[in-house]
Amino acid sequence: MSTIRFRVLPRTVPSVADETFIRTRNKWLTIGLLALPGMIIFLVFFLMPISQSGYYSLFKWNGFGPPTDFRGFSNYVDLVNDSIFIRSIGHSLILMSSSLVIQLPLALGLALLVGRGKLFGRQIFRAILFVPYVFSEVITALIWLYVLHPNLGLMNKVFDAIIPNFKFIPWLADRNIALYAIFLVLTWKFFGFYMILYMAGLQSIPKDLEEAGRIDGCNEVQVLRFITIPLLGSTIRLTIFLSVLGSFQQFVIIWILTQGGPVNATSTIATYLFKYGIQRFALGYGSAVAVVLFCITLFFSIGYQRIVMRQDYALRD
Amino acid sequence: MSYSKRFAYVLIALALLALAVAPVAQAQSPVVITWWHINTDETQAAFWQTIADEFVAANPNVKFEIVVLENEAFKSRLVTVMQAGDPPDLFQSWGGGVLWQYAEAGLVKNIAAELEGEWRDSFSAQAALELYGRNGEYYGVPWTWGAVGMFYNKALFAQAGIEKTPETWTEFIEVVKTLKAAGITPIALGERDKWPGHFWWVYLAIRLGGEEAFLAAYNRSGGFDAEPFVKAGEYLKELIDLEPFLDGYLGLGYGDQAAAMGDGNAALELMGQWSPAVQAGSSQSGGIGEDLGWFPFPVVEGGAGNPNDVLGGGDGFAVGAKAEPEVVEFLKYITSPDVQRRAAAIWVVPTVAAAEDALTDPVMQTIVKARNEAPYFQLYYDQFLPPAMGQVVNDSVEALFAGVFSPAEVAAAIEAAAQSELE
Repeated sequence: MSTIRFRVLPRTVPSVADETFIRTRNKWLTIGLLALPGMIIFLVFFLMPISQSGYYSLFKWNGFGPPTDFRGFSNYVDLVNDSIFIRSIGHSLILMSSSLVIQLPLALGLALLVGRGKLFGRQIFRAILFVPYVFSEVITALIWLYVLHPNLGLMNKVFDAIIPNFKFIPWLADRNIALYAIFLVLTWKFFGFYMILYMAGLQSIPKDLEEAGRIDGCNEVQVLRFITIPLLGSTIRLTIFLSVLGSFQQFVIIWILTQGGPVNATSTIATYLFKYGIQRFALGYGSAVAVVLFCITLFFSIGYQRIVMRQDYALRD
Repeated sequence: MSYSKRFAYVLIALALLALAVAPVAQAQSPVVITWWHINTDETQAAFWQTIADEFVAANPNVKFEIVVLENEAFKSRLVTVMQAGDPPDLFQSWGGGVLWQYAEAGLVKNIAAELEGEWRDSFSAQAALELYGRNGEYYGVPWTWGAVGMFYNKALFAQAGIEKTPETWTEFIEVVKTLKAAGITPIALGERDKWPGHFWWVYLAIRLGGEEAFLAAYNRSGGFDAEPFVKAGEYLKELIDLEPFLDGYLGLGYGDQAAAMGDGNAALELMGQWSPAVQAGSSQSGGIGEDLGWFPFPVVEGGAGNPNDVLGGGDGFAVGAKAEPEVVEFLKYITSPDVQRRAAAIWVVPTVAAAEDALTDPVMQTIVKARNEAPYFQLYYDQFLPPAMGQVVNDSVEALFAGVFSPAEVAAAIEAAAQSELE
């Protein structure tokens, strides 16, 4: 009897190593199967077009028939030597940094005002401030075309009513002003979105921490500086991330308002891509622009997530 | 006879029957015509629908798939299907370089054989027809064709004390000064869209260099940096420096330009034959009606161009490479005098001589006369030249308006584009 038990037991109980292997295998099999549909969509609709763009960017190609005129990296050389492209990057950077310096603090300030506290009618304000974000970008741009119209626009009429002898400003026609006029529209459109994100962040901050600070003798500025904003850190880092990517990719509003003009004064990477790639039937060149734009956003995304947002992921794990 | 043998006979009989029926079925096999046009206006779209219905009534085997697209949407969608090698059977085309590019890629059908003879002779806008073909091949026909010229507000001219329309550039500059002195904005222009402004430069180039300079530059025996093209910029700069345009015109679109004309806020504009309708549609007042007049672009003293040369263009339909014969038949129907006459009552400027009597508006009659009498017809640059070049012309001329480019830089930029696109 004892011999039988001795023989059977070691065979039915697998070794620890075997068990780990089977579990790992099953786990990866499950992950693989569940991820398969997503992976296929990702491959067909994301990776393939991106690699195709990379391929096309090596050709001089007008988009008709297959590309045959191989030019190596000449598209990229032309790109770097094109002062308009360099300026377009500059404009994108201006829009990006102004968003960070003006748009996000504005959204944060408004979130603090209407997101909590005892301000009268704050729910109404909250709704009104969020309205611009609900409009589609096309509608927004068309509305602002009227507002910024040089003669009939609301903007000039308002200034005219306030300031005596006000000389009408051609907001979108002046090459020195147009980019800032566009920034104004972008701010109007998007601050509501960031405001809502900040409000959500604020709600997750426990009130007793701030109250404890007050009891310990902090004034309101100190509470904000040392308690509220640090605790809002992960939201702020997220909004910076979204804002930077958003300003690099913004196309619709700029295109409708100025088409990148007058004379490239408001041209950004995205409008440059459309104008010089699509409109001029230079799809090889356009692909090169797209690859550059893709690399900028990809490196920023990875770098930012790895370095800045890492702590946010660590917190959640 | 065994059961299986009988079954075999039945099968053979059925097969024979099927063979006998097949040719008949084929003759009436349904043809689906995909037709893309850009006449989004309700009455215009309805008119095309009626024409299609009439054609179906006469040819019951034909079915239409009509796609109505707004101009810009049409252009970008057409590019997409062309890249996929799948052109519509019949589609909007302005002729010239863009169409020729499609022809080179084998995306349009040569209809020269069908066109030869009576159909071809029926066109009064012969110069326009030539733009739909090359080297003896034809890929489509024009069904409305006009000319660009000066639309002006007679009432505002009278208010400024101007008695006759200017015939030379010098007189024109004087008229602009007089209008400005009278407190009237002389010229409506929406330069954000770029193409409204490029007419000015191109017309000056036609007057200064004529057919010869343009074709030399196009054939690369000359260049777009030749004297007439630089001079065109200099003459235009002279005009720009007078600041005769709407305030903030660099940020305004064509819609604003048409509205300014239609509401009587500017005295004149350089525009194509569609202008009166757009003026009426874009303005609050519904247009200036009888007060609207037309005169040809002034002659530039000492210019090499014939004073009657005309810049313009129109709409036509091109036939896709995979189109069935019925599509050409339908195109013939569209340009038949009867259909052209009915279309003229709505918006079309007929290209067929027999239908021209349908035009009653005096402004339109003047335009058609200028069109038919033109010794040389210059199609819009952005249609004649490869699309990339057209954009460069528009962009460079915009830079001249904004004071960023000098006249010589405009010509140099266009020549640089010509070297990369035409050689």
